[in-house]
Amino acid sequence: MKPATKGVLVEPERYELRGQPIHHFSIARRDFFKVLGAGIAVFTVASEAPAGMPQESGRGRRAEEELPKDITSWLHVGEDGVVTTFTGKVEIGQNIRTSLAQSVADELRVPFESVRMVMGDTALTPFDMGTFGSRTTPTMAPQLRHVASVARDLLVEQAAKEWNVPAEKLVAANAKVTDPASGRSLAYAELAKGKTLAQEIPEADPVTPPSEWTVAGKPIPKVNARDFVTGRHQYTPDLRPAGVLHGKVLRPPAFHATLVSLDASAAEQMPGVVVVRDGDFVAVAGRSEREAEKAAASLKAEWKSPEARASSRNIYSYLKEKAESRGNGRDRETAGSIEEGLQAAARRLEATYTVAYIAHTPLEPRAAVAEWNDGKLTVWTGTQRPFGVREELADAFQLPQDRIRVIVPDTGSAYGGKHTADAALEAARLARAAKRPVKVAWTREEEMTWAYFRPAGVIDIRSGITADGKLKAWEFHNYNSGSSGIGTPYDVANRHIEFHSVDSPLRQGSYRGLAATANHFARESHMDELAHAAGLDPLEFRLKNLSDARLRAVFEAAAKSFGWPRKKTEAGQGCGMGGGVEKKGYVATFAEVRVESTKAIRVKKVVCAFECGAIVNPDGLRNQVSGANVMGLGGALFEAIEFADGKILNPHLAKYRVPRFRDLPEIEVVLLDRKDIPSAGAGETPLIGLAPAIGNAVFDATGKRLRSLPMLPALLQA
Amino acid sequence: MGKSLELTVNGKRHSITSDGDVTLLQVLRDELGLTGTKYGCGEGQCGACTVLLGGMARRACQLPVSTVAGQSITTIEGLERDGKLHPLQHAFIEAGAFQCAYCTPGMIMSGVALLGQKARPSREEIAHALDGNICRCGTYPRILEAVERASASMAGGAR
Repeated sequence: MKPATKGVLVEPERYELRGQPIHHFSIARRDFFKVLGAGIAVFTVASEAPAGMPQESGRGRRAEEELPKDITSWLHVGEDGVVTTFTGKVEIGQNIRTSLAQSVADELRVPFESVRMVMGDTALTPFDMGTFGSRTTPTMAPQLRHVASVARDLLVEQAAKEWNVPAEKLVAANAKVTDPASGRSLAYAELAKGKTLAQEIPEADPVTPPSEWTVAGKPIPKVNARDFVTGRHQYTPDLRPAGVLHGKVLRPPAFHATLVSLDASAAEQMPGVVVVRDGDFVAVAGRSEREAEKAAASLKAEWKSPEARASSRNIYSYLKEKAESRGNGRDRETAGSIEEGLQAAARRLEATYTVAYIAHTPLEPRAAVAEWNDGKLTVWTGTQRPFGVREELADAFQLPQDRIRVIVPDTGSAYGGKHTADAALEAARLARAAKRPVKVAWTREEEMTWAYFRPAGVIDIRSGITADGKLKAWEFHNYNSGSSGIGTPYDVANRHIEFHSVDSPLRQGSYRGLAATANHFARESHMDELAHAAGLDPLEFRLKNLSDARLRAVFEAAAKSFGWPRKKTEAGQGCGMGGGVEKKGYVATFAEVRVESTKAIRVKKVVCAFECGAIVNPDGLRNQVSGANVMGLGGALFEAIEFADGKILNPHLAKYRVPRFRDLPEIEVVLLDRKDIPSAGAGETPLIGLAPAIGNAVFDATGKRLRSLPMLPALLQA
Repeated sequence: MGKSLELTVNGKRHSITSDGDVTLLQVLRDELGLTGTKYGCGEGQCGACTVLLGGMARRACQLPVSTVAGQSITTIEGLERDGKLHPLQHAFIEAGAFQCAYCTPGMIMSGVALLGQKARPSREEIAHALDGNICRCGTYPRILEAVERASASMAGGAR
């Protein structure tokens, strides 16, 4: 049966008559007003599932994760004037709880404070593929704006009916509908009183253009900030439901090890301890963390570990050796002829770049609390994919999805690292055996071993330029690290760009910016090498080969703020740049480094110019851009997962160096606000220009080219 | 079960019965329900579990609870007085000095310890004092700004 026709008002009870069960949607519509109280509600319905939207998570795309043709967002205006908006997106520090509320307030014409966001709860929020790929701002914000604009129209119609005047004569502003002719007005709260109106609408573009935004576009502070500075906010590991047990999983000594034997008799005799063995999964739960630790330590297990041939010492040759000889056509872009381009070139270059595996290291390690009640499972967990976690749980426990509820408390960061259900599965398995709620909170070591990593990769480039510095040929092969940002924004007629997938020896997956960081490191380092080969200034060389006006604009803006080209005033000083376009965000990053006599690389100054269309919250955006550059310092200079024999050798912060206060350069963020262009996401792309900017600055300082991430000082001594 | 221990946390006395080798962090979070103090690494490297012990910033994950018996401990929950935030908590909000905010309680406790020892620290001194606290979101510049703001406002209040 077809959904209700556009624009037709239906009482909620009548939805039942249409008889259509709503997939991915466990709260029955007739219960909607029971849950939220009377008022006015608006639902958007996806007109069609967006095509060609690849799922770039660690697990690959699955057909069930296509956006269903049903409700994509909803909004409720209550009798108290509180506006409740629902989205399956989650807050992981990127500040969308605030920025989405701004968009709703803006479109509905209500004060920011009256908007409440319900996020990432599979029982309450519409299905969502996940919070990744910088898609919240370009897709969810317009969806919510659209529901808000329809709700506004609905409120205006109510007032028009009440006063018996045409709706066009009325004005909605400041949570009221006003009749300018008579001066009378009705608050939204009054209009919603006693009503149970619901309207279903197809998705469409937002109505208010960025040039007319009043609440969006402003630097509104993070909502619930007080809860975060007082420690009151409860992240998943902070939840303590009555009777909760603490779970500990027995980890194998190496990846892919299988359990040969287990003696759990000591643990089984400990009071209050529950032991679970299910295949190779062995875990315990105890009344306190300490009890669980003791029980886990008492387990005597014998494992068989397979031989592991790859290690961090041989990883780059391993990846090249194991790469699929030809990628599938989807991962290849060709134009013209590389050979002809190279032949016609006055100068040719070849270089190889490498990128190490790195760990997301979210400060909140993975955690989940699971509780079973009457065959129904509720799981609280910090994840970027609440609906994906629900599906993994449904698969694992052979349960229909409507008997599982996944709730995501605002989470202590993720950076692409929290796509999978690991801790949720562990907690749920233990809770089922214990018949009590169980919390599984991973240790740092578990987080840095059993989660997944940003892929290591090898990138080979062959290129050629004319005598006057025009690109003539560009051949680019990426082995394993991924295809995000692999295409070049520079003008070159002869090109061959290809991603080669490899069966990675370590579990790998999404990471903030994905492979765009690796691909930009290689490309922008190589562009710098070509500029020097051509005897041209690196900025001039780029601009000479670049017709994309938006990318030119960020390079020029960053250059101006940085004061490019800069005169050297001290020994060891060097400057460089890197930039590109990814996920509709344009970035150019300039860095000044000082290479100390000990060969230590110190980043002194970073200027990052960023443009992502119309800015929704300039304060939040600045924070994201600056933070991305700080985080990027780690992958550029320090971070590398070391592994051998199926083990991670440095799964501790004492051995895995992440950026600290001491590493902080002076950071200047230059934002270009394009109110004429739809907003793009900003959580990822600002990170990708930093590593090449630093590498190019190191070359400027020392004449040595570092082609490996991280750029360790030892590489300068070689 | 170990012997009974007395702890004073945020001015309140608690009697704890647990093994002496349980960490202060585990006792705060699991027995006293003071979950504002976070686990981040369990090796004293990240500072998420920072509490005050006699005014000094200490890592609760590194302290066996038996070693702090009888001492006065302040956690993030103890900074707010009669509904009024500590100036540094207020400054964190004003400076927007967080993203995911998981590191925030530990950062604030390290900052409060520093301001207790030195009323007007320089930017370098703040960075040095907080170097043991990790913010993975990279909000360091705003955290420095927040400590400076709090320092200025506290000095103003003292005049």
